[in-house]
Amino acid sequence: MPQMNPKKLRVATVWLSGCSGCHMSFLDQDEQLLELAKQITLVYSPLIDAKEFPPDVALTLIEGAVANEEQKEMLKTVRAKTITLVSLGDCAVTGNVVALRNRWPQSDQAIIDRAYNDPTNLHPQTPQQVPKLLSQVQPLHEIVKVDHYIPGCPPNAKLINYVLTELIAGRIPLREEHAKYG
Amino acid sequence: MGGYSALVRALSDMTPQGIINEILSSGLRGRGGAGFLTGQKWRLVARANNTPKYIVANLDEGDPGVYANRSLAEADPHAIIEGLLIAAYAIGAEKGYIYIRKEYPLAIQTLQKAIAQAKAMTLLGNDILETHFNFNLELRFGAGAFVAGEETAILSSIEGRRAMPRPRPPYPANSGLWQKPTLIQNVETLANIPLIIQNSAVWFAKIGTPKCTGTKCFSLTGKVKNPGLIEIPMGITLREIVFDIGGGVPAGKEFKAALIGGPSGGCLPEQLLEIPIDYDYLTKVGAIMGSGGIVVLDTDSCMVDTARYFTEFCVDESCGRCTPCRAGLPRLLEIFQKITHGKGEPNDLIILEKSCFFIRDASLCGLGQTAPNPILTTLRYFKDEYMHHIKNKKCKADVCFKTPTKDEPK
Amino acid sequence: MNTHPMKLKIDGVDVECSEGSTILTAAKTVGINIPTLCYLEGLTPYGGCRLCLVEVSGTNKLFPACATPVASGMEVTTQSPKLHEYRKMVLQTLLAERTHICSVCIANDHCELQTQTNQYGVDHVFYERNWSCNEIDSTHDFLVIDRNRCILCTRCVRACDEIEGVHTLDLKFHGKNTDVIMDQDELWSKACSCTSCRKCAKVCPVGAIYVEGENIEYTKDPQVIAFIVERRKCLK
Repeated sequence: MPQMNPKKLRVATVWLSGCSGCHMSFLDQDEQLLELAKQITLVYSPLIDAKEFPPDVALTLIEGAVANEEQKEMLKTVRAKTITLVSLGDCAVTGNVVALRNRWPQSDQAIIDRAYNDPTNLHPQTPQQVPKLLSQVQPLHEIVKVDHYIPGCPPNAKLINYVLTELIAGRIPLREEHAKYG
Repeated sequence: MGGYSALVRALSDMTPQGIINEILSSGLRGRGGAGFLTGQKWRLVARANNTPKYIVANLDEGDPGVYANRSLAEADPHAIIEGLLIAAYAIGAEKGYIYIRKEYPLAIQTLQKAIAQAKAMTLLGNDILETHFNFNLELRFGAGAFVAGEETAILSSIEGRRAMPRPRPPYPANSGLWQKPTLIQNVETLANIPLIIQNSAVWFAKIGTPKCTGTKCFSLTGKVKNPGLIEIPMGITLREIVFDIGGGVPAGKEFKAALIGGPSGGCLPEQLLEIPIDYDYLTKVGAIMGSGGIVVLDTDSCMVDTARYFTEFCVDESCGRCTPCRAGLPRLLEIFQKITHGKGEPNDLIILEKSCFFIRDASLCGLGQTAPNPILTTLRYFKDEYMHHIKNKKCKADVCFKTPTKDEPK
Repeated sequence: MNTHPMKLKIDGVDVECSEGSTILTAAKTVGINIPTLCYLEGLTPYGGCRLCLVEVSGTNKLFPACATPVASGMEVTTQSPKLHEYRKMVLQTLLAERTHICSVCIANDHCELQTQTNQYGVDHVFYERNWSCNEIDSTHDFLVIDRNRCILCTRCVRACDEIEGVHTLDLKFHGKNTDVIMDQDELWSKACSCTSCRKCAKVCPVGAIYVEGENIEYTKDPQVIAFIVERRKCLK
């Protein structure tokens, strides 16, 4: 375990149903990451090796929409252990591409079942413990309370940096003219 | 009183200006719902300096369970025609339309017959009653859309286009049918005109309250012993209507609320039974006069479900022109689906109220502007019922939580 | 019509304009910008999107700036917390109404709805989004309509009727089921009145009507309508 600096903010990032593009954009903050690293400790993220979501996290960025039961549980856990929750990217904010399957008529459920839910399909080796798909993909704020939103597909690295620095400094980031869908 | 004697009096003894003054001093207000002063409307059209001028009688009664205008047309079509003739003479119109919905076959038949009779008696056509007054009257049929009863939607429909309301101003009084000055009047208003001309404005103003004169027809339905069509003087209380005329709630049940003004009216609770029926009081408590529908609800009705039902009606009847009504109302219905299926959260009520204010203020026509009324009034007077649905997931009237939601996991 | 000059105040600024102008055009002359979606210069105002609502002193009602004629002595407010809130609500209800996914939309970065949404900081929609399943018609040689992206501003319908003069496009049904159709609700390839003039694609504020295989930057040209109208005036 690295030495914990008590003054550093405990930050986590989570990757649900998304393409990881938002995390790439997060990394695109480039040299500003060094600035950020002085102020935060990344306690849980796909970028580091942590198995369990830790308690007492000050700030969590979540990428991706909620598409299955496991992600729903994960999101609830994160919400319970986090002070400020931020939806990162269009998938988390709107559902985006992941939610495109929502517009399939209910009658097409058979296709989804055949492809993902039927254990006797073309891949007999598929483990049966794959989390169950939700009938509708949902953005985060339809399930838990979300404090801030960073739309974009992917969100601009500058915007991520702006929101993070504002939040770390204890200010509320402005929404106008910073948000950008798509 | 002899038929058309008011017309004779108007044509022989009165000037158009004199008629307008008489109507103004009678205090008659439009019976279509908004309650605009009839005389003032006439004066606006009379003063408009564009010709030709048109007059339209609105007989497109869309509220479910309301049939006051239909009964009027079926029973006394000549009163409507006479009112139209006097109004046309007063404002200087030579062409008129009665806009009636095709679902009223008997009323259409009666009106057609009445128009033929009037023509035969030279009461319609050129040189009416041997004066230089010409007036032609035609029927125009609506296909039954609720929104087609909105005054500017009628104009579009008569012009042969989609029955969609237009933004106002310009008002129909200046730019109505084919951009010409047009007077649009509910048939119930028109039927009052001969009586005022015949018996004087003073006689008429004696009935009702000083600000709302005359009588008004209501269709009293729902949980009352004597449902039916009633005509009451303005200003009597809701209690008198429900309990004295309607005979109260049958079978030992208790009165819970009265919905006044059709599907976009307001739900008034028992403590508001003493309010007098007039335009201003009803608006103050969140209801509207509307087309005159009163639905009485007893304790078997769930107010959340009632609000949901009427919202659903308005969602179906929206014309699709403006965003708040077309795209906003279905969102309200979704929130209701959540609440009545046990998935409601206290935050939903905040969103519901916020959206209602938005739809009320930002919609283009009366349909959207009044559609949130049932929700706003039930939120105002029956909030505990909403909370009961959200917190305890229970419905006191045992109406909600019956059908599964569409997104229940399969 | 240009007989009486009208004097009014917009956001405290004195404006003088001719009779018959609208609040929107009057505001433009003094550099006040009112947001619009369904309005397009050269077409009859529709007053449908409600983004251009403004306050007029002396009444509680809100008026669409694009369709409201000016009157002498009018005092107009174009910015207020209430209007800001309502404009955000308009954008939110539009986004929630149908499938609006910017990242897979042809009009991404060239979409008026997207621009307004970003400008007003609508960073999320508090309604549940509707994932509509309306018909996509790509039967025409090069014009495509994706009704899931349509915001029913009817710019295309009005351009088709008033400028091209063929009235191929119109609306069907009402309320939330309203949709843009060709002729008597036929496939676009079967709509024989269509002249394939592309005006519908040029004026579409979103990515609902577009030209297949053509750069969207090139297709979108809403100003063309005002240009045509101006040129036709010269012809008279």
